[in-house]
Amino acid sequence: MSEITLAKAPPGLEGAGFFATKIDQVIGLARANSLWPLPFATSCCGIEFMATMAATYDAGRFGMERNSFSPRQADMMMVMGTIAKKMAPVVRQVYSQMAEPRWVIAVGACASSGGIFDTYSVLQGIDEIIPVDVYVPGCPPRPEAILDGVMRLQDIVRNESLNRRQTPEYRALLEKYGFHFNG
Amino acid sequence: MDFISMAKLENTQITARCQAKFAERLQVGGEPHGLLTLTARAEDILEVLEFLKTDPELSFGFLTDITAVHYPELDKPFCVVYHLHSWANRSRIRIKAFIDGKHPVIASATALWDGANWMERETYDFYGIRFAGHPDLRRILNVDDMEAFPMRKEFPLEDPNRVDKKDYFFGR
Amino acid sequence: MSDSISKMPNNSPVFVDNDPQDELITLNIGPTHPATHGVFQNVVQMDGERIVSGVSTIGYIHRAFEKIAEHRAYYQITTLTDRLNYCSSPINNMGYHMTVEKLLGIEIPKRVQYMRVVVMELARIADHIICNGILGVDTGTFAGFIPMMIKREFIYEIFEEICGARLTTNIGRIGGFERDFNEIAFAKTQQFLEEFPAILEEFQTLLDRNRIFIERTSGVAAVTPEAALSYSWTGPNLRSTGVDYDVRAVDPYSSYEEFDFEVAVGTRGDVYDRYMVRNNEMWESLKIIRQAMDKIAKEPKGIFHADVPDFYLPPKEQTYNNMEALIYHFKIVMGELDAPKDELYHAVEGANGELGFYLISDGGRSPYRLHFRRPSFVNYQMFAPMCAGMLLSDAIINLSSLNVIAGELDA
Repeated sequence: MSEITLAKAPPGLEGAGFFATKIDQVIGLARANSLWPLPFATSCCGIEFMATMAATYDAGRFGMERNSFSPRQADMMMVMGTIAKKMAPVVRQVYSQMAEPRWVIAVGACASSGGIFDTYSVLQGIDEIIPVDVYVPGCPPRPEAILDGVMRLQDIVRNESLNRRQTPEYRALLEKYGFHFNG
Repeated sequence: MDFISMAKLENTQITARCQAKFAERLQVGGEPHGLLTLTARAEDILEVLEFLKTDPELSFGFLTDITAVHYPELDKPFCVVYHLHSWANRSRIRIKAFIDGKHPVIASATALWDGANWMERETYDFYGIRFAGHPDLRRILNVDDMEAFPMRKEFPLEDPNRVDKKDYFFGR
Repeated sequence: MSDSISKMPNNSPVFVDNDPQDELITLNIGPTHPATHGVFQNVVQMDGERIVSGVSTIGYIHRAFEKIAEHRAYYQITTLTDRLNYCSSPINNMGYHMTVEKLLGIEIPKRVQYMRVVVMELARIADHIICNGILGVDTGTFAGFIPMMIKREFIYEIFEEICGARLTTNIGRIGGFERDFNEIAFAKTQQFLEEFPAILEEFQTLLDRNRIFIERTSGVAAVTPEAALSYSWTGPNLRSTGVDYDVRAVDPYSSYEEFDFEVAVGTRGDVYDRYMVRNNEMWESLKIIRQAMDKIAKEPKGIFHADVPDFYLPPKEQTYNNMEALIYHFKIVMGELDAPKDELYHAVEGANGELGFYLISDGGRSPYRLHFRRPSFVNYQMFAPMCAGMLLSDAIINLSSLNVIAGELDA
């Protein structure tokens, strides 16, 4: 028999023709199932991402159908591959151009911590320059691992409060990385 | 499968022809693993490369690679290495030129091959060797405002300012 | 406009004095861009849709491989070579192993050489699948890419049977392979040989005579053989201009001289010719793999490495009982190989061209100098000069057909 189950609805009041629940549950559900990635693919992990997007592993099932290379239209930035110090300002600029709510997945060992390249020219993890939500270890991680990372992010997104981006903790986090707000 | 049986120019013939033209200005460094290695003086390098490229019997028309090696204990610590390939004669050759450490300068091969452009930029980026006559000598792989030349032996591999990798834990 | 050019990070003299009436637009393509398959940047000056001149900037993924190689033992460097041309890692691995074997004077048995040929040709097919598939995507069709990627996953399954990893394979050891190909690996390779031709046929039916594809690619970025030779081009790019230089044919290694295959050449060196040369190379690779499988079947079974206990790890069970095995194991893992002081250059035919390894050994556990002659690096320098006078869309197709892999570009 098929293992497919329907997704669970969030807790709420149900009746004939209506379903009442909290608004951040509904929005969380909608956001989690339509995360549009910005594939920031630099090296080998990018090829595994290509395999994840292709037919065998199909990330489109998770709502990642539209890959946006424009940061303005993307929800999550998947940094896949080694980030050299030359590339770091580009990562920061692309991240700062993303509109809230935005999330970052660091795919692979190089993006998480510099990987096997402990050298003068490689940034030892993108969390030195931008805040990261999910780290996917591996060199490169298998497509199943990348999808697992996306699913972890979906859990975060589904349970995130609507107010998170205005909270002082979040502001302090961005200030720590050097992203300032005016007003 | 005819290309295998094509006549191959022997290293002895190449050496004879080169020494007929250049005498002591071109030394034979040996034949490690069958690849003839000649050492030229840095002043003569363009003449040597041009001769090897244009001579009808040798015709080393393809520039495979330009790179450099750093030997800090020698008087002339930088060695610029050219690998050429003659397809007509199915033979390869390696030319080395040792240059001074304080002001490493050598003529650029971009006059002979367009492909030497980026190869020389890479060598400059790694070792600081200036190629005289290069149209656009600037860094190619490292960040533009880097001051040191990283492939020199005294430059460390790891970034000394990294915060999370304590040498103590890595056995260094 | 000219002020913004002078503030560009790369102070190239190309843009100076090019635009007295300030009519041209400066456009930055990359380093993060969907059409650049990898991180490289091109700043182009445009007159409407036409590119007037361009400057390439690379180094956005410079990982200092050559510096790292001076600090690692010989067997540890294989993991670095994986990440050079990561679409076809096994070719890099095998090329490096052959270089070190040449240094150490190790003779490889025939069966191992044939096994290496199988692995390298599968990797070549994998690389060309991506290049041609993505060329299809860039010209507007996903339809060809998806079935080819499914077969590419099958190649990954074959690699997994052999070495355990899909992409960065670290296949083989200095002296041979770490384990023999098991029955499943042989069966899957046979299955691949039977199933892939149909998919490749279908892909070619989609694009070869497709009016839209031909209009996009035929005559675009044509390159003369003289220009290609002057820029030291190798690989399918050079062969598309009509020059039949293939390292497997001219300087055979790993018993390629025993195989019967053709070197595909084009005529005009344009994007369509590069696409066709890669397709034909895939057919030739299938032929080579069939011949290699036949040859392996004729060799005595069970040989998967050279008999060099000094350089090849003994089986682990022996290290518990056998004193010599324990000593060899210790010496090899600690990197205390007796490497001779020597220098050599060895080239293999990578998917993009001549991949060369220049190795200088001073007798220590690490190379004194290891330089990779990377075909993507050498091929890409012609891109900016080539683009002068092209439409922007043609330049994008041109970039796609050059098959520049960022890992191999920057090393």
